[in-house]
Amino acid sequence: MLLTDFIIFVLSLWVGFEVISKVPATLHTPLMSAANSIHGIVLAGAMVIAATAHNVVGYILAFVAVAFAAMNVVGGYVVTGRMLKMFRRRATPPAVTAAAGTAGAARPAAAVPSPNGKATA
Amino acid sequence: MSGTFNTVIQLVYVAAASCFILGLHLMNNPATARRGNQISAVGMIAAVAATAALIIHLGVISVTGWIVIAAGVLVGGGLGLYTARTVKMTAMPQLVSIFNAVGGGAAALVAIRDYMTLGGSVAASTSVPTLLDVIIGSVTFSGSIIAAGKLQGLITSAPVSFPGARIVNLLLIAVAVGVGGYVIAAPSLIQLGVVIAAALIFGVSMVMPIGGADMPVVISLLNAFTGTAVAMAGFVINNTALIIAGALVGASGGILTKLMADAMNRSIPNIMLGGFGSGDAIVAAAGVAGAGVQSIAADDAAIQLAYASKVIIVPGYGLAAAQAQHEVAALADLLESRGVDVSYAIHPVAGRMPGHMNVLLAEANVPYPLLKEMDDINPEFARTDVALVIGANDVTNPAARRPGTAISGMPILDVDHAKSIIVIKRSMGHGYAGIDNELYTDPKTAMFFADAKKGLAELTAAVKTLVA
Repeated sequence: MLLTDFIIFVLSLWVGFEVISKVPATLHTPLMSAANSIHGIVLAGAMVIAATAHNVVGYILAFVAVAFAAMNVVGGYVVTGRMLKMFRRRATPPAVTAAAGTAGAARPAAAVPSPNGKATA
Repeated sequence: MSGTFNTVIQLVYVAAASCFILGLHLMNNPATARRGNQISAVGMIAAVAATAALIIHLGVISVTGWIVIAAGVLVGGGLGLYTARTVKMTAMPQLVSIFNAVGGGAAALVAIRDYMTLGGSVAASTSVPTLLDVIIGSVTFSGSIIAAGKLQGLITSAPVSFPGARIVNLLLIAVAVGVGGYVIAAPSLIQLGVVIAAALIFGVSMVMPIGGADMPVVISLLNAFTGTAVAMAGFVINNTALIIAGALVGASGGILTKLMADAMNRSIPNIMLGGFGSGDAIVAAAGVAGAGVQSIAADDAAIQLAYASKVIIVPGYGLAAAQAQHEVAALADLLESRGVDVSYAIHPVAGRMPGHMNVLLAEANVPYPLLKEMDDINPEFARTDVALVIGANDVTNPAARRPGTAISGMPILDVDHAKSIIVIKRSMGHGYAGIDNELYTDPKTAMFFADAKKGLAELTAAVKTLVA
C-alpha cells in the first residue's frame, strides 16, 4: 500500500514538473493561486477526521481543520478566477471585435482569429 | 458491494486529479487559463462530494460530526470568499501566504488527529508520513503567517536576526527530527507536542531573518511545503486524491522557487540562511551617487516619449508600492493612440511574488500580449527609442554583467541597450542590493525625479499638450 502510494506521489511530481514548467511567467501569480486552491483538497482529509471524531478534542481539531481547508479551497478558486478575468488581449469591452496588436499575433487566441491591427483606445 | 462502492470513489478521485492536471495545463496560455481554473474547481467539487459519500457509506460519523463539518465549511468558506472578493491585487502575496498557512495547518491537524485516534499503534509506513506531515505542516503554518505579516507591514520587512540564530535553527530541526524519531519508536502524545512546538518555532525563526525583497522565493518555497504536507496527509489517511494534488502543488512551488532564486542570482540555502542586504559582504561598486547624473523635466521627457516610434516600459516594485499601475497604463494608452509601439518588460522578480507585476498591470487593463518576459524583450531594447524605467533598480543595473559586485551574474533587463533611457525615481537612493546603479550615470540616461504616481500623471498631461 505504501509503495503504491509512493509511486503515485513520485509520478505526480513528474507530471507536475512537466505541466507547470510550460506556464509563462505572465501567469505565475494565478498559477500559484491555482496551486493553492488545489491543495485545498486537504478538505477531504479534514472531513474524514471529522467523521471519526467522537470527543470534544476531536471535534475541535476537526472543526479547525475543516474551516482552514474550506477557506483555502473557496478563497483559492475565487481569487484565481478574479485574477484571470483581468487578463485580456484588449481592453475594449466587446472582446470578440477587439483586434490584437502586432505583438498579439505571436500568441494566437484559442477561438477568435485576430486581424492584425490596432484597436482604438 | 462495498468493493464496488470503493472502486467508484477511487475512480472519482482519479477523475478529480485529472481535472487538476488539465486545469494546470490550461494555465499555459492566458486565453485558456480561466477555463483551466473552472475545470480544476469541478474536480474539487467532485472530490469533496465523493468524500462526503464515502463518509456516509462508512456510517461512523455522528450528528455532531456533520455539524462540525457544516460549521467549518460555513465559517472557513465564508472567510475565504470574503477575502478573495475584497483583497487588493497589491495584497495578493499576503493572501496566498494566508492560504498556504491554513492549507499547511489543516494538513498538520489531519495527521495529529489521526495519530491521536490510533494512539500511535501503527506501522512505520504510517508513522513516518504522519511525522513528516506534522513537521512540514507546522513549519508552513507559522512560517506563512510570519511571511504574511511581513508583506502586510505588520512585522518589519527587514531581516530580523540575532547572533547564533543559525545554530538555534539547526537545534530546532534536530529537536523536531530527533524527538520525531523517538515518537516513531515509542509513541507518546507529549513527545508529539514537543515536535509540533519545535516545528512551529522553526517556521518563525526561518522566515524572520529573510528580507522583504526575498519574499517571492519564500512564498514559493512555503507553497511547495504546503503541497508536500498535503501529500503526506494523503499517505496518512490513505487518500490518492490528496497525494496527487499535494505532489502537483509541491512540484509547482518547487519550480517557482528555483525560477525566483535564479532570477535573483541566489541559491536557496543562501536565502534561507538570511542576512542578504544586512550589510555583510557588500562592496560598493564603482561610481559616486550624484556624479554625472542628468535630470530631465516632465515636458522634455514627454517630447521624447511622444515622438518615439518604440517605447519599452520597465516597471518595478516601486511602481506597485506607489499604486501607479493605472497611471502608467493611461500614459501607455495615450502613447499608443499616437502610434507609438509600447510594450512592458517584466523582470521575473518584479513584485512581491512570482508574476505579481503582470497581475497588477492586467488589473490596470494593460492587454497581456504587451507584457513581455525578460528573455523575449531583451533583444528588443537595441531597437527601442526610449526605455522608461519606473521603480525598478537592481534588475536594470549593468554592473551585474561584470564580476565583483553584489549583483554579479544576476539576470538583468538590457535597458542600457536602448537609444535613450528615462528613469522615474524619487531620489538617487540605492536598490535592495545597496549598490549604485550604473544605468543612472550612463550618458544616455535622464533622471526624472518624482514620485511614480505624480511623475506619470505629469508626463501624461505633458504628452496631451503636444500635437500629434
